[in-house]
Amino acid sequence: MKPMLDFYLTNMKTAIVVEFQYRVAAYFYMIGMVAEPVIYLVVWTTIARAQGGSVGGYTPGQFAAYYIVWTLVRNMNIVFTPYGWEGRIRRGELSAMLMQPLHPLHRDVSWFAGWKFVVILLWLPIAVALYLAFQPTLDPTPLEIAVFLIAIWGAYLIRTMLLWALGMISFWTTRVNALFELYFTVELLISGRLVPLSLMPEWAQTLANFLPFKYAFGFPIEALVGQLTPPQLLSGLFLQSFWIVAGLVLVQVMWRAGVRKFTAVGG
Amino acid sequence: MAINSSAIRTSQLRKFYDVPEREAGLGAAIKSLVKRRTKQVKAVDGVTFEVAPGEVVGFLGPNGAGKTTTLKMLSGLLYPTSGELRVLGHLPEKREREFLRRITLVMGNRNQLVWDIPALDSFELNRSIYGLPEAEFKRTRDEFIELLELGPLVQKPVRNLSLGERMKMEIAGALLHRPQMLFLDEPTLGLDVTMQKRIRHFIAEYNRRTGATVLLTSHYMADVEALCKRVIVIHHGQILFDGGLSGLVERFSAYKTIGFTLDNGDVDLSIYGEVRERDGGRVALRVPKADTSRVTAQLLTDLPVEDLTVEDAPIEDVIERVFAQELPKETAP
Repeated sequence: MKPMLDFYLTNMKTAIVVEFQYRVAAYFYMIGMVAEPVIYLVVWTTIARAQGGSVGGYTPGQFAAYYIVWTLVRNMNIVFTPYGWEGRIRRGELSAMLMQPLHPLHRDVSWFAGWKFVVILLWLPIAVALYLAFQPTLDPTPLEIAVFLIAIWGAYLIRTMLLWALGMISFWTTRVNALFELYFTVELLISGRLVPLSLMPEWAQTLANFLPFKYAFGFPIEALVGQLTPPQLLSGLFLQSFWIVAGLVLVQVMWRAGVRKFTAVGG
Repeated sequence: MAINSSAIRTSQLRKFYDVPEREAGLGAAIKSLVKRRTKQVKAVDGVTFEVAPGEVVGFLGPNGAGKTTTLKMLSGLLYPTSGELRVLGHLPEKREREFLRRITLVMGNRNQLVWDIPALDSFELNRSIYGLPEAEFKRTRDEFIELLELGPLVQKPVRNLSLGERMKMEIAGALLHRPQMLFLDEPTLGLDVTMQKRIRHFIAEYNRRTGATVLLTSHYMADVEALCKRVIVIHHGQILFDGGLSGLVERFSAYKTIGFTLDNGDVDLSIYGEVRERDGGRVALRVPKADTSRVTAQLLTDLPVEDLTVEDAPIEDVIERVFAQELPKETAP
């Protein structure tokens, strides 16, 4: 356990050093990323005002809170994308990883965890600017804050597992782009990314409860903006744990089969 | 050699691939949707050899001969199609952690260090991956920095290093965990002569200090001559020769070179052999190996020659000859 902790801390530190070298690029990336929720926010705020002050119980201030927290959650759930897997296999990086006595999943989890510290630091001034511009209504309880702080890391792990599994399809086919587009569409609609899930039709909300996407996006946001009761908060954390374990099992099964395929044909 | 004392032991090792095959053009592309034709490629076809602990062996062959495929099977990156294989007593394809801690694979065209940060940080990362004790890690790292003359370079981002400097870093990083088995695939590829010498010296020194086993592929014969007493020549996936470097020359060289100095420069020497070089009085004459004694005696009788020497053909010429033709297989000694 101690050597693994040592590796995690060292790799996180390495990621921080690397990302600080590219801070300008990271900033531009973040500005692009922030454009997405700002568009949603402007649209929904306009609709809320047109409908007499709220939509589905969300006031403009609550929408502002939702989408500002969204920007932090989005930073937290950025992980190694499926696009990267193709290059990882083609350029021989995977061969190098296979030669080391460490599962590459640890590399990605620790690397992107370190990366978060840099992007959150860069995110802070943007969050302040958004706060001043949109005046969010945000008054979380200590429990909501505590659940949020755990849930953003849970969201990170769920999305890591999902996109690792998707990326590993590269072992069998080099064209994972189409599947990633499909994933992106589903995530957009039933994770709380496009719109708070409570504004979606009943059937979509029910469907979202049985899929992992919501727990990697909407749940942490709702936890902080005060949309959930204490039992809902705790059951949300439990379901996040469930999806992390289920994702881990899926990743392990695919990893073993993928490596068997990879070592049969060469990298 | 007792089987259980071998660092590497392979028996009838094979790796066959099914490669899709079709003709060019739209018609062939459409046809391949219905019926896919494949061709079997025998990358490695029945390779048997053993390497003793501490040996440095040159693994030679032209491009596509099966060298890298064999190295990948030995290091656990490829499953063999058939045959037996043990490296340090492990079955490589299982890629057990204990096995991975004891080996390293360096490929001249692949980078393992983090590109954007100084190599020193990548070394630190390797320390944590292999769980090396701090003191032991620092001792090894400093020893390598000195041996490879990396001093001022370790603090520069890897992307700012020259190819040769980067290769030295790659090798240092790959050996920090002090592996007992080194698979080196073209470690001096594209490097200048000075850098090649430095790396050769380092590999030899590492082998001397740690007693590690080294299997090295290289297209530079200078690497092989400097490091390997034994060579294994592979061609079309099969072993053509396994033995001492001198044995290779003896077996495959059809010619010897007679060198001498001649005062009278007008003499026609073509009746003695092929004149390869004539610089002032100094002559290099190539003669068939079987005729060497007769021609030497004849030269000494007929002409006022001085400083006569008889030399084997350069190793490059011998290897070129081995690669250029199909030769009967030899069983391993």
